[in-house]
Amino acid sequence: MNLHDYLYYIILPILSLSSLVVFIRFLIGPGIVDRVVALDLVITIGIGIIAIYSIINDKPTFLDIATILALIAFLGTVAFAYYLEKRNKKDE
Amino acid sequence: MSELLIYILSTLGAIFAMLAAIGILRMPDAFLRISVTTKAATLGVGLLLGAAALYFNDFSVSTRVQAIIIFIILTAPVGAHLIGRTSYFLGNKMWKNSVIDDLEGKYDKKNHKLLSEDVAEKNIREKKEEEKK
Repeated sequence: MNLHDYLYYIILPILSLSSLVVFIRFLIGPGIVDRVVALDLVITIGIGIIAIYSIINDKPTFLDIATILALIAFLGTVAFAYYLEKRNKKDE
Repeated sequence: MSELLIYILSTLGAIFAMLAAIGILRMPDAFLRISVTTKAATLGVGLLLGAAALYFNDFSVSTRVQAIIIFIILTAPVGAHLIGRTSYFLGNKMWKNSVIDDLEGKYDKKNHKLLSEDVAEKNIREKKEEEKK
C-alpha cells in the first residue's frame, strides 16, 4: 500500500465521515448558533479535504481555493455573529 | 523519511478532524461545542496542510500553506469569541452541570454594555431578594 492508496482509502473516508457527522449537527440544530458553528466546521474540514486531494492529484493549485475558503469561513462567522447580536439589541 | 512524516501528519490530522466532528455532535451545549470545534479542528487542518507542504516540497507551495495555517490560527479564536458572545446574548442555556457563569448579571441586556463588578453583584443580590419576597 503506497501513499496514494493510503490517502485515498483511509484518510479521505475519515474526513468525509467527519463532515457528514458535522452535517447532522447542522440539521438538528437546536439553536441558530449551533448551525453557524457547524457550517464553520464543515468549511474547515473542507480545507483539510482539499489539502489531501491536492496531494492525491499532484496539483498544488487547489491550495489557492483552500485560502479563499478560509477567508469566506471567517467572514461568514463574523457576519452571522454581528447581525444575530444586532437583531435583539436596543440602543436608547 | 519524508514519506513517513506525511503518513504520520495526515493520520494525526484526520484523527483530530474526526474528534472535532464527534465533539460537535456529542457535546451538551452551544458553548462547549464552540470550544471543542475551534481547538481540535484548527490543529487537525494545520497538520493536514503540513502534510501537503511536505509532499510538494516546493517554496511557493509551502509559503501558501504557511499563509493558510497562520490565517486559520489567527481567525479561529476571534470567530469563536464573537459567536460565543452572540450565543450568550441570545440567551442560550448552559449545560446543567456547568460550574460557574462568570458573566452572570454583568451584561446590560438591553444595550449589551459590560457593567463593573460591584454593580453586577448588587444587581444579583437585588434579584435574589426579590425572589425571596
